[in-house]
Amino acid sequence: MVAAPWKTVAVWAFVLFALVLIVAPFLWIVSVSLKYQIQIFMAEFPFDPTWTNYDRVLFAKSSDFLRNLQNSLIVAIVSTAFVLVVGTLAAYSLAWRRWSRLFSAVFLTWTLVFNIIPPITLVGPWYLIFRELGLFNTLTALTMTHIVINLPMTIWLMMSAFGNIPRDLESAAIIDGCRRMTAFRVILLPLAAPGLIASGLLAFIFSWSEFGIALNLTAKETMTIPVAIAAYAGQYEIQHGEMAAASVLSAVPAIVLMFVGQKFIVRGLTAGSMK
Amino acid sequence: MADQLNHNKSWLEGLWDLLDRHFKLLAVLPAAILLLALTVYPLLELFHMSTLKISFSNAEMVREPAFWDNLTKLFDDWIYRRALVNTLIFVAVSTSVEMVLGFALALAVSELVRGRGLVRTAMLLPILIPPVAIGNIWRLMYNPEFGVINSLLAMVGLPALDLLGSTQTALLAVIIVDVWHWTPLVFLILLAGLEALPDELMEASSIDGASYIQKLVYIIIPLMWPAIMVAFIFRSIVAFKVFDQIFLLTSGGPGTSSEVVSLYVYKVFFQQNQLGYGAMLAIITIAIVCVYLGTFALMQRRMARAK
Repeated sequence: MVAAPWKTVAVWAFVLFALVLIVAPFLWIVSVSLKYQIQIFMAEFPFDPTWTNYDRVLFAKSSDFLRNLQNSLIVAIVSTAFVLVVGTLAAYSLAWRRWSRLFSAVFLTWTLVFNIIPPITLVGPWYLIFRELGLFNTLTALTMTHIVINLPMTIWLMMSAFGNIPRDLESAAIIDGCRRMTAFRVILLPLAAPGLIASGLLAFIFSWSEFGIALNLTAKETMTIPVAIAAYAGQYEIQHGEMAAASVLSAVPAIVLMFVGQKFIVRGLTAGSMK
Repeated sequence: MADQLNHNKSWLEGLWDLLDRHFKLLAVLPAAILLLALTVYPLLELFHMSTLKISFSNAEMVREPAFWDNLTKLFDDWIYRRALVNTLIFVAVSTSVEMVLGFALALAVSELVRGRGLVRTAMLLPILIPPVAIGNIWRLMYNPEFGVINSLLAMVGLPALDLLGSTQTALLAVIIVDVWHWTPLVFLILLAGLEALPDELMEASSIDGASYIQKLVYIIIPLMWPAIMVAFIFRSIVAFKVFDQIFLLTSGGPGTSSEVVSLYVYKVFFQQNQLGYGAMLAIITIAIVCVYLGTFALMQRRMARAK
């Protein structure tokens, strides 16, 4: 089938226009992050790039950015590890073992309901609970909430990953005298690896980006990067260049994953619509 | 013989056997406990809190019953009503614009023979960047003094506009950011749907001489309907939760012109320190979302039955 050449040109023009619209804001913020305040106000272009803003964000005495980075990494890595273990086990149990209809319906409906309600509505009670437990303003509390907000997504993605594995594989192993736990670890888990990677990448990026909960459960020492960036905006004299530099730095994991984990992330994000 | 074998099994083996027999339960238990402790219990706590006035004096928490106070406050609360209306406008406008643009883009990209991978990669950018950074980027772009949007307006000879700073345009300005942020996701979902359509159908209809519009209306859209509905429901629910970007862009202002539900609940909880009344607002908000999703579930069931 040969398409009319004008049609191909029109399609490409439309797609390129959309690409520019999507990418341009990010390139613009990168350019702002490389300018002195005065150059920003003059909207100078072209300009002599400077690393001052990055230097100040990362290494100035008044800046807590490296500590924020450490907090963000701890929370994102630990919560991702936990949610993968907890979510994968639950998904295995629900997808492969026989549960009463009522139990799985209640369990899955509840994860759905919890996933659709705005998380900010639960932050009030979380605040009170963690205060009473003495966990307010700790990374433990924040990590726990991040595990639980990523749990529904992990359970569904892993259930669909386990659902694609033929049943016979496990029953053959069981007949050979293999324990269920061993069959799970040796046979099912490797086959579900793509789903595991997709859930892991998404859980990491969501935890890394999460703002509403971290804003209310952390204080100066436990602040994560998103909260720190929002704090920049509230300063008396806003340093636009530093704000831009901090935003660009916060997007680094996203950009790495965009190129490295693209296939898994697209699969994870679109999984819901393919059922 | 078999008896003797069992006898020789170490206690450790026995323990493993016991665990293995209950593996189904043990596997689901951590998730169930987490959900009970951090979602079910807080929800019940929310109901309890909504009947109280909670205040702090000398770091001691004081709880007094205040159910009727909270309830009457709710009926007089015009800011919450305003936030609700703004949220519904925000959800309706941004979701429908994203659906149309995302579908158009998916149709265009599905015509491409080469370059799909590149487009997909680029489209992940807004989805993966932290929303706070997105709020920041657009705040700077909207800046009336040096923002790129005003530079572009000036280039075509238009006066500088402070889109975020005017009560008339603040909501529009945050909707524009949302469209930039989420059209790529709609695009990805619908492109995956389009790629899953059977090729023969497309080719057969071309041979029959159907025009593109006819093909779209009679073949593509009906076949794509489930994916379209999923994208629509998913987007509208996430749009209802909007918090991060508006917090950064306008904080709900100027006045209440871009106040949304999540932001107002946050302000009542944590800025005005009204944990009791905030809980009341949170419950109403949760109820609205549940009714919305329940309506869709009912409609879907009815449609499935009609078929």
